Amino acid sequence: MGKEFEPNIIGFLCNWCSYAGADLAGTSRMKYPPNIKSIRVMCSGRVDPVFVLEALRKGADGVLVAGCHPGDCHYQSGNYKANRRMKLLKKLLEDMAVDPGRVRFEYISASEGAKFASVVTEFVDELKKMGPSPLKEVKA
Amino acid sequence: MNKEKKETGKKKKLQLAFYWAASCGGCEIAVLDIDEKILDVVAVADILFWPVAMDFKYKDVEAMKDNHIDVCFFNGSIRTSEQEHIAKLLRKKSKVLVAFGACACNGGIPGLANIANKEEVFNVSYLNNPSTDNPKKTVPKTSVKVKEGTLTLPEFYDTVKTLDQTVDVDYYLPGCPPTPDLIMTAVGAIVENKLPPKGSVIGPLKSVCDECRFEKSEKKIKEIKRIYEIDKLEDKCLLEQGIICMGPATRGGCEARCLDANMPCTGCGGPTPNSLDQGAKMMSALASILGIEGEEKMSDEEVEELINQVVDPVGTFYKYGLPAALINRKVMK
Repeated sequence: MGKEFEPNIIGFLCNWCSYAGADLAGTSRMKYPPNIKSIRVMCSGRVDPVFVLEALRKGADGVLVAGCHPGDCHYQSGNYKANRRMKLLKKLLEDMAVDPGRVRFEYISASEGAKFASVVTEFVDELKKMGPSPLKEVKA
Repeated sequence: MNKEKKETGKKKKLQLAFYWAASCGGCEIAVLDIDEKILDVVAVADILFWPVAMDFKYKDVEAMKDNHIDVCFFNGSIRTSEQEHIAKLLRKKSKVLVAFGACACNGGIPGLANIANKEEVFNVSYLNNPSTDNPKKTVPKTSVKVKEGTLTLPEFYDTVKTLDQTVDVDYYLPGCPPTPDLIMTAVGAIVENKLPPKGSVIGPLKSVCDECRFEKSEKKIKEIKRIYEIDKLEDKCLLEQGIICMGPATRGGCEARCLDANMPCTGCGGPTPNSLDQGAKMMSALASILGIEGEEKMSDEEVEELINQVVDPVGTFYKYGLPAALINRKVMK
């Protein structure tokens, strides 16, 4: 047996809540697996399903989209839209025989460093069980 | 290609070719739909190859010098080895290759077969369906020996491809089929040698909504409806009435003809400029107008129910473009 499969995760984190939450996890020295590459966006509502599909195609095994809790969105409703978009996208993934669990939407506030760490830990475990994404472009 | 420019500068007739691959034949009809203008086309052009309308052989094309054909209009997606072979052949023999229609541009309706593979398609077409009686379980094979010799058929591929996934394409003419106006724009540009940069889509930069006659206001819908579920259509944007209309995510150029007939856009114009994935764009648009009234009080289960009203995401959002999508086929086990 070679090395254990290490999933590649792209995280789209909202500037006002989830990115600050991830920051808090870091400054509080909380432990979580290093598999996630975080991308800060102004709002989870900015995350187009195209971003998620492209991430999956270009080598991500999972994509985490995280935004403010309901009622807390800096732009009022971006988080609701993100939630709906990801739910619809999961339906498409299901039809394409891709595990919809590869896309995850979470509400993570600026004070929830611990939640960020536990979400990432859990997500990494789930993705390890799923194995590498079947959508990765074949590398020449 | 530059070498040939001098030649076309002279008043030599344009050498045209048409070909159809995996398509329904509608694009061929669309060529004839330019009506009497076809006489103008014939006045300035010779048709060298058009299997659907005239008797030509593949040998005739093979005998041509490279770049002999000025412009080849190629419709249909690539689904068999024969289509792939002819696409490559015509690419070699043509100075300009135009992907004609939704199938050649984005995969079209035949591209929906990418939710299955050869085995599944053959199963439904030849073996297991109520109107088929096939006790010997005969399915097409690439070669079969009979008394008289060996008979061959092209190979049927697992995955449908667009033309540009197979060969280099110079221009795209979208639509199912392209409208006569778009065709004449393309032909005009070719005749006058005023073609846009290579790789351009010959069509407007705006979406179907820009050409649609219905009045548009702020969009928010409570539920999704099918067109037959509405007794009396109001004279306003179909999306606002709960009907999934692909207009916002689809390139115009069709003058919103379907909407003129009170039918929603289904997306044959392909993605709007700079959009990577037409279906994902539409999902994004739809998800952001669905059930936003009282969204702050909605439970996650209620949101789930809202989204579950979309019964067939692939068929709805990728009707004409699955092979060109970011996820272009179902993952097969």
